[in-house]
Amino acid sequence: MDLAVSAGASGGLNGRRVQDAAFRGTTRVFAFGVLLLLGGIIAALATGALLAFSTFGWGFLTSQAWNPVKENFGALPAIYGTLVTSFIAMLIGIPLAFGIAVFLTELCPPRLRRPIGTLIELLAAIPSIIYGIWGLFVLAPFLQSTVQPALIAVLGPVPLIGFLFRGPPLGLGVLTAGIILGFMVLPFIASVTRDVFLTVPAMLRESAYGVGATTSEVVRRIVLPYTRVGVIGGIMLGLGRALGETMAVTFVIGNAHRIMPSLLAPGTTISATLANEFAEAVSPLYTSSCIAIGLILFAMSFTVLAAAKLMLLRLEQRAAK
Amino acid sequence: MQARGLTTWLGAAAVVAATAGIAAAEGEISGAGATFPYPIYAKWADAYKEKSGVSMNYQSIGSGGGIKQITARTVDFGASDMPLTPDKLSKAGLVQFPAIMGGEVLAINLPGVAAGGLTLDGPTIANIYLGKITSWDDPAIAKLNPGVKLPPLGIAVVHRSDGSGTTFIFTDYLSKVSPEWKDQVGEDTAVEWPVGLGGKGNEGVAALTNNTAGAIGYIEYAYALQNKLPYAKLVNKEGAALMPGSASFQAAAANADWPKAPGFYLLLTDQSGKESWPITGASFILLHEVQEKPETAKQVLDFFAWSYANGTKMAEELAYVPMPESVVKLVEASWSKIKDGGGKPVWTSQ
Amino acid sequence: MTLYERRQAANIVALTLSWLATGVGLAILALILWTLLRRGIAAIGLELFTQTTPPPGSRGGLANAIYGSLVMTAVATLVGTPVGILTGTYLAEFSRGSRLAPVIRFVNDILLSAPSILIGVFVNELMVVRMGHFSAWAGSVALAIIVVPVVVRTTEDMLKLVPGSLREAAIALGAPQWKVTVSVIYRAALQGMLTGVMLAVARIAGETAPLLFTALNNQFWSTNMNAPMANLPYVIFQFALSPYADWQQLAWGGALLITFTILVLNIVARVLAGWSNRTP
Repeated sequence: MDLAVSAGASGGLNGRRVQDAAFRGTTRVFAFGVLLLLGGIIAALATGALLAFSTFGWGFLTSQAWNPVKENFGALPAIYGTLVTSFIAMLIGIPLAFGIAVFLTELCPPRLRRPIGTLIELLAAIPSIIYGIWGLFVLAPFLQSTVQPALIAVLGPVPLIGFLFRGPPLGLGVLTAGIILGFMVLPFIASVTRDVFLTVPAMLRESAYGVGATTSEVVRRIVLPYTRVGVIGGIMLGLGRALGETMAVTFVIGNAHRIMPSLLAPGTTISATLANEFAEAVSPLYTSSCIAIGLILFAMSFTVLAAAKLMLLRLEQRAAK
Repeated sequence: MQARGLTTWLGAAAVVAATAGIAAAEGEISGAGATFPYPIYAKWADAYKEKSGVSMNYQSIGSGGGIKQITARTVDFGASDMPLTPDKLSKAGLVQFPAIMGGEVLAINLPGVAAGGLTLDGPTIANIYLGKITSWDDPAIAKLNPGVKLPPLGIAVVHRSDGSGTTFIFTDYLSKVSPEWKDQVGEDTAVEWPVGLGGKGNEGVAALTNNTAGAIGYIEYAYALQNKLPYAKLVNKEGAALMPGSASFQAAAANADWPKAPGFYLLLTDQSGKESWPITGASFILLHEVQEKPETAKQVLDFFAWSYANGTKMAEELAYVPMPESVVKLVEASWSKIKDGGGKPVWTSQ
Repeated sequence: MTLYERRQAANIVALTLSWLATGVGLAILALILWTLLRRGIAAIGLELFTQTTPPPGSRGGLANAIYGSLVMTAVATLVGTPVGILTGTYLAEFSRGSRLAPVIRFVNDILLSAPSILIGVFVNELMVVRMGHFSAWAGSVALAIIVVPVVVRTTEDMLKLVPGSLREAAIALGAPQWKVTVSVIYRAALQGMLTGVMLAVARIAGETAPLLFTALNNQFWSTNMNAPMANLPYVIFQFALSPYADWQQLAWGGALLITFTILVLNIVARVLAGWSNRTP
C-alpha cells in the first residue's frame, strides 16, 4: 500500500496542506463553474429575448400572432401547445406509470422484478428522435385510420366535450403529440413512483395485510398517503420532461401556429417552434422572439422543477425524523 | 490508480485530437439554404468532388436559414429561392446570382387520382389555402374537373413550417392571382397561414402529403418526381391547362428578362405565354461582396462555374431548368464585384 | 353484494388494471423495437459502415454520421466527465456545512432537466456566431453541458455511499486528503462512477436538438472538428422526413443502430451497478 509511503514523501505537513488546498480549491472552482454555466445560459437567453419583450411588452405572452411577414409575434400558441400536450401526456402517463409501480411493488413475482423494472426503464433510454419517427410512421397512420375516426364518431356529438374531437382525422396533431409524450414520461414517473413505494416500511404494509386489507386497499390507504409527496415529486419531474421535449413532438404535432379547440388539429409547442424556425429567423425581432419563447420554456421547467425539489425535500425531511 | 487513469484520459484525448486535426480546412466549402434546389446541388457536389476533390457541403435548412447564416457569416455561401431586393442586398453587403431554375407543383393525395388527373387554377388554390374551400367535392373544384369523381373528403392543406423560398414563390403566385390572398396573407419566406399542417422543408411537405389522405401541398417538381407523388395540372395566365415539366418550365423561363434585372432580382411566377408554367422560379446564391476568406470564395465560384458548364445534363435529368448560356455570361461577369479586403476580385474567368 | 365481495371485486379490478398498465408499457417497448428491427434491418450491412451519406437517389451508408457521433460523444465525455467528477467530489467531500452546496445541487438538477434545445441555442450564441461557422467543437460543447449534470449527480451519490470507515482508515495512515480521495474513495466508488459515465454517454448519443444549431451536418466524410460534422441523430432527422425511399431506409438503419447501442449501454451500466452494490 503506497499511501503510507507517500504520506512521508509528500513533502511533509506543509506540502500536504498545499496539495490538499489545491485539490479542494480545484473542486470548488469546478463546482462554481456549474453555477456559472446556469447563470450564463439564463443571461444569454434573457439578453436575446430583450428585443422581443421590449417591442411587444407583456402582450407578447397573450398574443396569438406569429407573422414573420408583418413582424408580429406572440407566444400564446406555442405556450398553449406546450401546456396542452403536457397535460395530455400526464393524463396518459400518470395512470399507466402508477399501475406499473403498483405491479412492480405488489404483484410481480420477486424474480421478475428486476428484469421488468429494467425493461420499463429502457423506455426512458430510447432517444427522443426514435419516438418521433415511430410516432410519425407507425402511430400517426394508425390513429388516422382507426382511433381518430372512432373518436370523431363517438365523442364528437357529445354536448360538452364534443368540440375537442372535431375536424378531419389527420393522424398528426396535438392529441398524437400528447400520446407520444405520455409514453415518454411514463418510465420516469413509473421508476420514481416505484422507488418511493419501496420506501414504505414493511411493517406498515404487513400490518395492513394482517388486518385483512386487499392489495388495492393497502396501496390506496397505506402506501399512497405515506408516499404522497414523493409521488407528486415524480409526477412533476415527468411534467418537466414533457414540457421540454423537442424531437418527438416536432415530428407529429403538425406545426401550425394556431390555437384550435379541437385536439385533432395541428398545433405547435415552444420547442417545436425553436427546432423548426430558430435557424432561419432572419430578422433580429424574429430571432429575439424565438429566444423569448425559449426563455419562457426555461422559466416553466424551472418552476416545475423547483416545486418538485421542494416536495422531495419535504419527503426526505419527514423520512429522517 | 490516478496515474493510470490520467494516462488513459490523456491518451484518449490525444487520439481524438490527432484524428480531428488530420483533414485541414482546405478543400471544404459549406453552403446552406433552400431545399428547392437541394437534390441538384447534392448531385453537382458529388460529381464535383470526384472531379476536383473539393467537398461542397450543402445543408438544406430553408431559404430563410440560408439568408440568416450567410449574413452571420457562418457558412461560405447562402442559397435562397427568394431573391433579395437590390436595397436589401446593398444593406447586407451581399451579391446574388441565379444558379438554377425549376417549377413548383401542387402534390395531391386523392384516392383514385393519378398525376395530371386533377386540374386546378390560381384562384381555387388561393381559396383552398385561405380555408374557404374545405372539401374536395366543392363546386369550384368540380367546375374545373368535369367527369372526375371527387370524393367528399376534407382537404388537408400542407404548407412549410420553416422559412422557405419555395413558400415565397408560391405565395408570390397566390398574391398575383388572388387579391384577397395578397391582402390577408401576402408573400414572404414564412407567412401566417390561415389553415393547414406545417412540414419541414420540401422533404417534409412531400412526406406529409404522401402520408395524409386528402392532402394538398406545394413542392418543387424534383421532389414530386423522386417520390412519385401525383400532381395537379394548373391553368395558367392564358387559360391553358398544363402539365408541369421541363417544357412548361422552360417556356416560363424564356420570358425572363435577366439583363434588365438589377441584382438579378426577377420573379418568374404567372408568366404570360401559352405554354408557361405558372409557378416557376429561380434559386439564388448569396455571397458577401467583401470576402474575409478570398480563397474560399474562389472555390465557391469555381464550383458554380463548373456546374454551369458541366451540370446541365444532371439538372435536366431531375427536371430543373439550367441557366441559359447568355445568363451564365452575365453572372460570371458580375462576379468581379466579389472582392477581397484589398479590392481585388477573387475570381477571374479562365 | 356484501361488503367483502365488493372489496374483493374492487381489488380485482384495480389489480387487473395494474397488469394491463404493465402490459401496455412493455408492449410500447416491444412495438418500437419491433418497428426498428423490421424497417431497419435491411439497411444493416457492411455498406452502412463504410460508405458515406449519399445524395438522394444514390446508394450509400452512414459512415460519416457514425464517425461524427462517435467523435463528438467521445470529446463531450472527455470534457464533461472530469468537470462532473470534480464537482461531485466537492459536493460529497468538501462541502459539509457550506450553504453553497444545496444551491449547487439545485442548479445541477435544473441543468439536468433543462430542455436540450435551449442548450443548443446557448452554445450557438456562444460559439457558432462568435467563431463564424458551425463546428463539431460547438456540438461537443453542447453535449458536454448535458454530460456534466449527469456525472455530478452519480458521482456525488456514489461517493456518499463509500463508508466513512474507509476514509478514516486512510487518513489515520497519514495520507493527504487529496490522495485519500483519489486513491481510496474513487477506487471504491469506481464502478458506480463508471455507471454514471455510461448513462451520460447513452443519453447524449441520442440527442438531436443540441446539435441542430451547433454541429449542423455534413454530406461528406470529414474529420475536421472546426467545421460542420455529420452525426447520426441529425441524419436520421433529415432522412426520415425526406420522401426518398433509399434515404428513409438509411434513416431506419441508423435508428436501429443508435437505439440498440444505447439500450446495450444502459443494460451494461445497470449490470455493473448491480455488481458494485453487491460487493461488501
